[in-house]
Amino acid sequence: MVDTATPRVRVPRDATAGEIIEIKTLISHDMESGQRRNGDGDLIPRSIINRFTCDFNGQNVIDVAMEPAISTNPFFEFMAIVPESGTFVFTWYDDDGDVYTDSKDITVT
Amino acid sequence: AALLPVASSAQEAVDAIIAEFTGGAEMGAEGLTLTTPEIAENGNTVPVEVDAPGAASILVLASGNPTPKVATFTFGPMAGAQFASTRIRLAGTQDVVAIAKMQDGSFVRASREVKVTIGGCGG
Repeated sequence: MVDTATPRVRVPRDATAGEIIEIKTLISHDMESGQRRNGDGDLIPRSIINRFTCDFNGQNVIDVAMEPAISTNPFFEFMAIVPESGTFVFTWYDDDGDVYTDSKDITVT
Repeated sequence: AALLPVASSAQEAVDAIIAEFTGGAEMGAEGLTLTTPEIAENGNTVPVEVDAPGAASILVLASGNPTPKVATFTFGPMAGAQFASTRIRLAGTQDVVAIAKMQDGSFVRASREVKVTIGGCGG
């Protein structure tokens, strides 16, 4: 999945101090549930992203434990509080050990 | 394959997951909003939203899926609200269940039925 897991994140460029902002994230990934069968009737092994986290300046915003029931191309929308300028770091953890990251800066005006 | 009592074993699986999350505590009914469509034409991607002001974490279950656990959202100090939205797979018409663990250690449960036209577990 390494080649295809492309994160996309939407964060406002700026905010006022203490503002609560909306964040949307999407990562391209099959999220193979382990329930499907191939043409020969054999189960296709599970291969999913099992955890997603978002941190701001080293402090956690949200930490999601993900199961195979999360749809293909996992999408999350959530809220963060922005007390100061800084960086959001987004991390996705794959069953196969791969870790995908993205980050976005935000400026408090 | 052997015929299994699917309905009861599925309910037992759901009950076991809830018991693990709550430790068997009583669950209230106020303070957790679970938003789902009433009808999902495609069970492969059903939008689900949870919102529980003051929650520490929220567990989401699909009670009729082969593996009922969907996700657990844990909110950190920088969370702007105890709110999250995602898209989930539903194998068929069933109840989606959410349980919030509040910061004071109490629990709240909400549940909504979603009618699924085309199931989403590829069975």
